[in-house]
Amino acid sequence: MGEKAKGFFVTGDPLIYGADVSIIITLLGILIFLTYFKKWGWLWREWLTTVDHKKIGIMYLVSSLLMLFRGGVDALLMRMQLAMPNTHFLQSQHYNEIFTTHGTIMILFMAMPFMFALFNIVIPLQIGARDVAYPFLNAMSFWLFFFGALLFNLSFVIGGSPDAGWLSYPPLSELAGSPGPGQNFYIWGIQISGIGSLATGINFLVTILKMRAPGMKLMQMPLFTWSVLSSCITIIFAFPVLTVTLALLFVDRFFGAHIFTATGGGNPMMYVNLIWMWGHPEVYIVVLPAFGIYSEIVSTFSKKKIFGYKSMVFSMMIISVLGYFTWVHHFFTMGAGADVNTFFAITTMAIGIPTGVKIFNWLFTMFRGRITMTQPMLWTLAFIPCFLVGGATGVMLAAAPADYQYHNSYFLIAHFHQTLIGGVVFGYLAGLYYWWPKMFGFKLNDRIGKWAFWTWNIGFYVCFMPQYALGFMGMTRRVYTYGWDMGWAPYNMVSTVGAFLMGIGFVFQVWQILYSIKHGERDLTGDPWNGRTLEWSILSPAPHYNFAHLPAVKSDDAWWDMKNHRYGAAVQDNIKEYTPIHMPKNSGIPFLMSACWFVAGFGLTFEWIWMGVAGLAGVGICLLARSFQRNTDYYIPVDEIKRTEASLGRVV
Amino acid sequence: MAQSAISVDAHHEHQHDTFKLLGFWIFLVTDCIIFACLFAVYAVLRTHTDGDLTGRELFEVKGFTAETFILLASSFTSGLASLAMHKGSKKQLLGWLAVTVLLGLSFVGLEITEFANMASEGAKITTNGFLSSFFTLVGTHGLHVSFGLIWMIGVMVQIGRHDIDSLTKEKVTIVGLYWHFLDVVWIFIFTVVYLLGVM
Repeated sequence: MGEKAKGFFVTGDPLIYGADVSIIITLLGILIFLTYFKKWGWLWREWLTTVDHKKIGIMYLVSSLLMLFRGGVDALLMRMQLAMPNTHFLQSQHYNEIFTTHGTIMILFMAMPFMFALFNIVIPLQIGARDVAYPFLNAMSFWLFFFGALLFNLSFVIGGSPDAGWLSYPPLSELAGSPGPGQNFYIWGIQISGIGSLATGINFLVTILKMRAPGMKLMQMPLFTWSVLSSCITIIFAFPVLTVTLALLFVDRFFGAHIFTATGGGNPMMYVNLIWMWGHPEVYIVVLPAFGIYSEIVSTFSKKKIFGYKSMVFSMMIISVLGYFTWVHHFFTMGAGADVNTFFAITTMAIGIPTGVKIFNWLFTMFRGRITMTQPMLWTLAFIPCFLVGGATGVMLAAAPADYQYHNSYFLIAHFHQTLIGGVVFGYLAGLYYWWPKMFGFKLNDRIGKWAFWTWNIGFYVCFMPQYALGFMGMTRRVYTYGWDMGWAPYNMVSTVGAFLMGIGFVFQVWQILYSIKHGERDLTGDPWNGRTLEWSILSPAPHYNFAHLPAVKSDDAWWDMKNHRYGAAVQDNIKEYTPIHMPKNSGIPFLMSACWFVAGFGLTFEWIWMGVAGLAGVGICLLARSFQRNTDYYIPVDEIKRTEASLGRVV
Repeated sequence: MAQSAISVDAHHEHQHDTFKLLGFWIFLVTDCIIFACLFAVYAVLRTHTDGDLTGRELFEVKGFTAETFILLASSFTSGLASLAMHKGSKKQLLGWLAVTVLLGLSFVGLEITEFANMASEGAKITTNGFLSSFFTLVGTHGLHVSFGLIWMIGVMVQIGRHDIDSLTKEKVTIVGLYWHFLDVVWIFIFTVVYLLGVM
């Protein structure tokens, strides 16, 4: 291998060589499979060029589960390194890279796409629409995310991973502190996928505002739809800040500017302020939809209308606004002064109020309800105590003077994992189990699901409760090893055992999915849970155009109302004549344009200007090509609708 | 269903036109936040000259005043273009768009000259925090204008091909909105960067 190649490919670590081999084998496997079964055309027509929100949702879902695996492996490697004192399993440099990629991947390439998967799969169905407001843009968002994630993950085997922490604080992340391409991978991977996230925020906001079924008023929208609305508003206000922050870091590194540098008049703490102006709203962006999911599930499986609908809506909107005024609590130790710290301590604690309102609403919904213990309900029930403890430790951290003690200790690590796993991941998994039959037409196996649930949950507490204690004992985050004299060994060992239990839980889930594809209970009714909202009024999986007739909504819990109060009228609606349905055409441009972004990002990462310019020129050409397109949509003829509805078993 | 399915569908299609405009307004909100952040960064770093020249010594009143008048004029001509469009006069529409593009080009040309002059005096992006934030803020605006120029020329070609129809009308409206937005941002740059800089 030549000298140049040595710098290009990451060498010297057996773990990396193992990854190289497995990546090559997987790629070869995919290529051979596609060629042998002649699936290339199918892949292009059905997936790479699709603008169907349901398919885009499934692609988001698959990518996010893959990223959950990658981020999970990172976590297990860290826990193995920390299980015992003085371990030499990972070098300090490798450990830095792993905690950096673990955080970045879990938030930006796992939680965000998982959330977008649920947006895509559920929102148009839930509001009775046939697609999102901008289907083309929706496809572009996905491919931008995909290629951004690809670029970020490439750093693992080419050029070297970023190693300056998941938010890459300068001056460490500046050229002087991180000279290699790793930090550039970070900037461009996130920047490219971030543009996609921003576009999704705009897309779903307009979808919800403009495309609701006739008759559905704002205050009749399902709570998941409300949660997505509030999340999108937060995206629209927070993500531009991320774009600017990363761009400025790039300007520093690429042009040698002094915006965040420690010398030449730069100000590193400005980066920390800016990144958390995005970073804190970001945690609300991901948790609000989870709140929406819990609301749907609690109401469905308690067979009751949600308790306190209006207060639910208001508390979500308050959270999305208040979430923008708490960012300084991530660095009380900056020394902004008592007045500033007091302001942010109060706003942070105030967020506990609307959240508490929501918890009580869920509890009161269950009170005297006829509860069925399905898998989605199990995850919801596990969420409540878990999030409560996570919230309480959050209030502890919000007490600014005390925070000087907890800051950057394992207490913090335990806190945010408790809210992000107990709140966000449990929520998305609950949503996955809940809407899985709508996506694929079958339920996920119950028995294996319960094994997964219990190993995940027990594993969670075994893993993170000791970390609160470790924080009090003085263990700081990001240490790669410690001595016997610290007294941390037993707690760390227990924590590692818990992490592996969660890993086993994930394996159970993979097994559960594979098993259920073959043996899962088919959903022939389209309404397997006796649901309340419109997505359950059509068959599973939903036809390409979702609704043959747009539903007419007269109340909240629209489908429940149709089923129980005006069934006759609903049937009358269904036997009306079909009319041709207006749909967007597939397009290859989102894929190609995002691929061009990838080329540009890769070029700029290695500072190969010719490649960066070529990629950006490609992006420009794609934009112009799209601007010049005129026939971007078509009509589905009545015959085809009749055939589809009949093949799905619906009487025509 | 209260209405017949046909009227419901027609109703939805009709609204598709306003979707794009609404989406673009929301996009402008995000772009506004991008500029707000850049302004905040500039406000923090304005005095961080690291012992080097300040804005008072660097900014040339003639240059930035000319830039301002040219961009304001281009915003006016883009308004005239949209008036011509509503009258249905393709010739006038293309004419005013061409004037707008020419004014935009001269704005970008002046800005490049200004940057080059500053750089030749040793005031580069690498010099200090103040200049880094100056070039980033003003340069981002300049990039927006350049992007808008390519976009506007693209729209002109489409009008040439397809005349004024609902699709090209929408495109002219949106690119016009973008152009006015850049004008508003420039007024803030003129005030916050240049006027406060030379005062």
